[in-house]
Amino acid sequence: MIEGITVYDVLAVSTIIFFIGIFGFVTRKNLISLLISTELMLNAVALNFVIFNKFLYPGQIQGYVFSLFLIAVAAAEVALAIAIIISLYRMDNSVDADDMDTLKG
Amino acid sequence: MGDFTYTIWIFILPIAAFLITGLFGSKMPAKVSGWIGTASITVALMLALRTAYQYFIQVGFVEGHRPTVFAYKEVWMNFTETLTFDMGILIDPISVMMLVVVTFISFMVHVYSIGYMKGDKGYYRFFAFLSLFSVSMLGLVVATNIFQMYFFWELVGVSSYLLIGFYYDKPSAVAAAKKAFIVTRFADLGFLIGILLLSYHAGTFDFMTLVSEDGPLLAQSAPPVFMGLSIFGVALSLIFIGGAGKSAMFPLHIWLPDAMEGPTPVSALIHAATMVVAGVYLVARLFPAYHGVDGGVVLNLVAWTGAISSLFAAIIAMTQDDIKRVLAFSTMSQIGYMMLSLGVSGMEGHHGLGYMASMFHLFTHAMFKALLFLGAGSVIHAVHSNLMSDMGGLHKHMKITSWTFLIACLAISGIPIFSGFFSKDEILVAAFEHNKVLWAIEYIVAGITAFYMFRIYFGIFWGKRREYHHTPHESPMVMAIPLMILAALTMVVGWAIPFGNYVMPDRMAYHGHIEWSLAIPSVAIGALGIFVAYIFYFKETSLPEKVSSAFGQSYGWAKDKFYFDEIYQFFAHKMMFAGVAAPIAWFDRHVVDGFMNGVGWMTETFSYLLEGWQSGKVRQYGFSFVAGLLVILFAVLYLNGFIDFKG
Amino acid sequence: MGTKIIFYIVAGLMILFSILSVSTTRVIRAAVYLLFVMMLMGGIYFLFGYNFLAGVQLTVYSGGIAVLIVIAVLLVHNIDHRMEKIPLIEYLWKGSVLLGGSILTIFTINQFPFKRIAGTEDVSVSKIGTQLLSLGEGGFILPFEVISILLLAVMVAAIIIAKGEVTKNEEK
Repeated sequence: MIEGITVYDVLAVSTIIFFIGIFGFVTRKNLISLLISTELMLNAVALNFVIFNKFLYPGQIQGYVFSLFLIAVAAAEVALAIAIIISLYRMDNSVDADDMDTLKG
Repeated sequence: MGDFTYTIWIFILPIAAFLITGLFGSKMPAKVSGWIGTASITVALMLALRTAYQYFIQVGFVEGHRPTVFAYKEVWMNFTETLTFDMGILIDPISVMMLVVVTFISFMVHVYSIGYMKGDKGYYRFFAFLSLFSVSMLGLVVATNIFQMYFFWELVGVSSYLLIGFYYDKPSAVAAAKKAFIVTRFADLGFLIGILLLSYHAGTFDFMTLVSEDGPLLAQSAPPVFMGLSIFGVALSLIFIGGAGKSAMFPLHIWLPDAMEGPTPVSALIHAATMVVAGVYLVARLFPAYHGVDGGVVLNLVAWTGAISSLFAAIIAMTQDDIKRVLAFSTMSQIGYMMLSLGVSGMEGHHGLGYMASMFHLFTHAMFKALLFLGAGSVIHAVHSNLMSDMGGLHKHMKITSWTFLIACLAISGIPIFSGFFSKDEILVAAFEHNKVLWAIEYIVAGITAFYMFRIYFGIFWGKRREYHHTPHESPMVMAIPLMILAALTMVVGWAIPFGNYVMPDRMAYHGHIEWSLAIPSVAIGALGIFVAYIFYFKETSLPEKVSSAFGQSYGWAKDKFYFDEIYQFFAHKMMFAGVAAPIAWFDRHVVDGFMNGVGWMTETFSYLLEGWQSGKVRQYGFSFVAGLLVILFAVLYLNGFIDFKG
Repeated sequence: MGTKIIFYIVAGLMILFSILSVSTTRVIRAAVYLLFVMMLMGGIYFLFGYNFLAGVQLTVYSGGIAVLIVIAVLLVHNIDHRMEKIPLIEYLWKGSVLLGGSILTIFTINQFPFKRIAGTEDVSVSKIGTQLLSLGEGGFILPFEVISILLLAVMVAAIIIAKGEVTKNEEK
């Protein structure tokens, strides 16, 4: 069924997607793009949970369940993030992350 | 031994007066501050006299010696186990004598100043400074150790600075104050280095340990380290430089004539009677050490410095027009006598005559020189000028001043029955027995002294009759009475006090007698000097001009004080400023400041660079976070051997 | 062999769409590419036989989150909105750092000896259901409850934030 696919292959894929997510996070300025990048990273992590559960602990369901939780948390996070983005947009008329520099001392 | 603990009040009272008049003087009527200062010094004088009576008469000799008593001795600071900085009151013959001299002259000056400073806007300030000076000087003379002495030495310098610059709205007074402070401070540098050397190698500051026969200085024979002097010799020479600075010895004398910018009572107290003899007192205090270390080589230095100073100052004094400057140079000359006398002294019995004579001369000189200054002040008060050319024929206007001035002039000229004769005679005897050349110098100086003193005496009180804008009148009694007291004492103390009985280097009684074979020639040369002055100045003649022009160029040299100020100026400006200070300033401005500015510039630049990082932008923070994480990951993996670049 | 080829194709597409998603200048396209990545991820779960998870992935992620993002994009941007281009130099240096990081990570992962256990047992939905609500050993009732409360809190928060107060924008 999954003959020939090694754990390394899948981990490599998830790593690449994770780093692409980081790349998007650090280069994009649009808040929604940042959100998309975060989703990519979350997906990569979920894939990791799944692959460990599948290949290393096939009799157990922890990784599986954590992936489920992760999806739920991601959904919550996205809902919250979009609420914040829209709120910010209403406030500043912008979704540019570089305009949100209130962290600056 | 008796109880001397009450001596502490000699200090507490003037301190209290200083604090009260200094802090609250502006709030109280001007007169009150004067009375407070005078009252405190009066009590201090009483106590000092009581101390002298108790010490010299009641205690007298213990096992044939005058004892050393510590009225107080408290450890103030511990430098090491053995090296401590004490504060205390040392009672021995010279300190008791100085206590009396300082409090007495200070008392006279206080009383006199009540009249002299009347109406001055700095009246209370003046008395506050006088009290400060009195405390400092008293602390100096009773110092139990060399560090305490240095402490008060500097305080004396400060009060001198404050009093010279008393008229601080007069640029020349400010300049003179600065000059006096800097020159003496420069000399004190030597003093300080000397103290440090001495304390480092001897391991103590204490005078009694330093000069005791089994003390570190005299018991050890330290090897020569510099020009044949041992380390102790070097230290004592450096200390003597400090003393020479304070006592205006050649060539550190240049501040003394300028110091006459201060009020005249200050000149009488500080620059004639007390502070300027601090150098003499210092050498006397350490006399056994000076005498013992390196076979007395340093003592020879002291003697020659004194001799040169006295001759040098006497020559200049003949040509000056400002009467206070004449007196200043005469002070320098007389201190030269004292230094020389210390320099030719030995320790035991008759050989200690020079030491005794020096202290004796210090004692008598304090009286008659204070009298001269106060008399000069009285004249200046009447004429409103310092210059002899503005005076003349004042005898009929100011009888008391004239007569007291005459007495002081006779004393300084060494005429018998006046105090100066006795002390000067002892000095000449001591010098004659030690070194004929030194004696000859002092012999000539005695004649010159008589000449220039009577030059100003005749110039002020006789000579040409001149018209004044308003007729000069005798000073008020509050000023005249101190003059009369001092004049009376000047006539008496010379023969009334058997000084050798009280002050000798070996602390034993010594009964001096007048050495007539030496006294008669010195009286003769004094009389000759007076006679020449009489011819020149008693009546207005053209003789002085003729003689001075006969001397030609050299008269001008003397009048310009042998260009010492100019030489110092040259050294200070051309060599120190241009040669040393300017490059140092350049170095400071460009290299040191440049370095500091560079540090500042770097900090600023880096902060601007870093400021870019503090953008508040989440993306940048995220990237930094990831990059840092990667670096740490890499480092951890590498260190744990997960990554092996070789394989 | 067939599965392997499918996996590689799916993985390759996923990486491709990920890159497109983060590099396109149109936000709406980025959201659509993200949708593709999520669907392909669901495909991988199917490939591994985790059908329930794949279903959840498709419904929640592809159906819910992606659509939410698309709506957000439409709310704040014109549909033709183009984001500004990222400077090449920034691309290059950030890209190279992260490329190095990913290579390092993959390299490290490859060093680690994972012990693969051959098991073909599929995880049945009923087992998951009982485990999720089990109080016994290996039960996930506590995280489950925590997640439910989290979801509730987030929903409340989302409403409050999105509803907002009277903002400056509206004042104008």
